[in-house]
Amino acid sequence: MSGRSVYLDYAATTYVKPEVLQEMLPYFNVNFGNPSSLYSISSVTQRAIDRSRERVAGAINAEREEIYFTGCGSEADNWALKGVAFANRRRGNHIITTKIEHHAILHACEFLESNGFEVTYLPVDQYGFVDPDELERAINERTILVSVMFANNEIGTIEPIREIGAICRNRKILFHTDAVQAVGHVPVDVKDMNIDLLSLAAHKFYGPKGVGALYIKKGIKIDNLIHGGGQERGKRAGTENVAGIVGLGKAIELAVSEMELENLRLSGLRDRLITGLMKIPHSRLNGPKGFSRLPGNVNVCLRFIEGESIILLLDSMGVCASSGSACTSGSLDPSHVLLAIGLPHEIVHGSLRLTMGSGTTDEDVDYVLEVLPGIVDRLREMSPLWKEYLREEIKV
Amino acid sequence: MMYSEKVMDHFMHPRNVGEIPDANGIGEVGNPVCGDIMKIYLKVEENIVKDVKFNTFGCGSAIASSSMATELIKGRTLEDAWTLTNKAVAEALDGLPPIKMHCSVLAEEAVHKAINDYRVSAGLQLWDYKEHDDIHAQVHGN
Ligand SMILES: Cc1ncc(COP(=O)(O)O)c(C=O)c1O
Ligand code: FES
Repeated sequence: MSGRSVYLDYAATTYVKPEVLQEMLPYFNVNFGNPSSLYSISSVTQRAIDRSRERVAGAINAEREEIYFTGCGSEADNWALKGVAFANRRRGNHIITTKIEHHAILHACEFLESNGFEVTYLPVDQYGFVDPDELERAINERTILVSVMFANNEIGTIEPIREIGAICRNRKILFHTDAVQAVGHVPVDVKDMNIDLLSLAAHKFYGPKGVGALYIKKGIKIDNLIHGGGQERGKRAGTENVAGIVGLGKAIELAVSEMELENLRLSGLRDRLITGLMKIPHSRLNGPKGFSRLPGNVNVCLRFIEGESIILLLDSMGVCASSGSACTSGSLDPSHVLLAIGLPHEIVHGSLRLTMGSGTTDEDVDYVLEVLPGIVDRLREMSPLWKEYLREEIKV
Repeated sequence: MMYSEKVMDHFMHPRNVGEIPDANGIGEVGNPVCGDIMKIYLKVEENIVKDVKFNTFGCGSAIASSSMATELIKGRTLEDAWTLTNKAVAEALDGLPPIKMHCSVLAEEAVHKAINDYRVSAGLQLWDYKEHDDIHAQVHGN
């Protein structure tokens, strides 16, 4: 074990920033009143929730009454899809989404399919972009909802959300975007981009895990997902995760205020890391370059080797990373995102995702670039595919 | 996912990695769904596995299973080596996560293939071998 510890999995989750934790702490023990109670100590928690709602609204240019807190990003996604689908069933039963969504969207869509809805899964190009024209052609008279992610969690592709929003508005179809990877990282403006529903989760921008929010534009018909008490104006039952909601509010405000500078810094680190990784023979970058890529996202395929092995060896050098290899997925299904951009199974096997954030430094990038080539060599030395390649039995 | 210390030891320091240029038995298997490949080289002399080496393209448990399988058959008679099972490989590694059991099956199959490959080249009769289709089906659900 090396002494160094380099966390490069910020897209999986972030740590909670000290300022955020500080604001949360009193809501565990001092201001612990149930926000629904009538006595005066509860008005403190009510006000804290309202304040957080304002901060979230401010961060995405929504109104305060349009923000509903949820238990996580997945809940927000499930609520948006199922709630809109069931509430608008009389208008139609067709939903359009993409092949590269998070499983919270894809599996919710499969559930809707088993309940009589039809879902079109749009393909993406080699960089992971949805084609807005193709999306428009997929719309029919039964289409009630379009759901396209703001930014992809694996390969960092930022989708043409404003264009898609404009199409949906013209065609009078509701538009949801899973912005879990985007909020707090790239500018999001629900008015300017014609977004009707938007999901976000605090733990992707230095807030706590287990709290998210759904923005629902005023006037939209949506059924409840969680039935029960009257919290969140009767739309989302359950005693509020007050400390979590406070943390979400602080974190989103902080992230938006630091975004511009932090993006410059991170995209510099990202591009340096990409350039360094591309010097490894038989490596390829997955996803786009430049402004339409999340500032902290790097995703590469390293041919002839397998991702879990790379991650275990990186871990032994103190580096935390992730992969879309079938061997790491827990279900042995390779990344549906990497397959959707056209990569064959054996190349998806060698994928490596390094996602950077607030704690990432120049030295971290240097360190990865120093240790990774040795790891790749070591695994290639063991790989029958590499040997075949060297004997020119495999063409690349 | 958590691997046992034994698995990590064999993954970090795999035994018998490489090729045997004058191998007289080679077994290559691949898991078609998962896409992993394991290749075992045998040098058999007087019915004994004198030397064995492997190359593997796969996850940590595939590499550890290859390493362990080669250790378990090195120096053994062909009859002994033939009794190697994926269970024995997994047990010698202090267990594998259920979803990773098929990686040890790769090792068992590669060893059996290599032994039969040797038997063909030595003009001996092939031994009967049943592939573990059930495990692949169980893991991949199809
Ligand atoms: C794009 C995207 N959507 C949804 C989620 C789910 O968020 P949560 O883990 O908070 O449920 C994630 C997080 O992994 C994500 O990256
Ligand atoms: S080789 Fe793919 S899971 Fe072990």
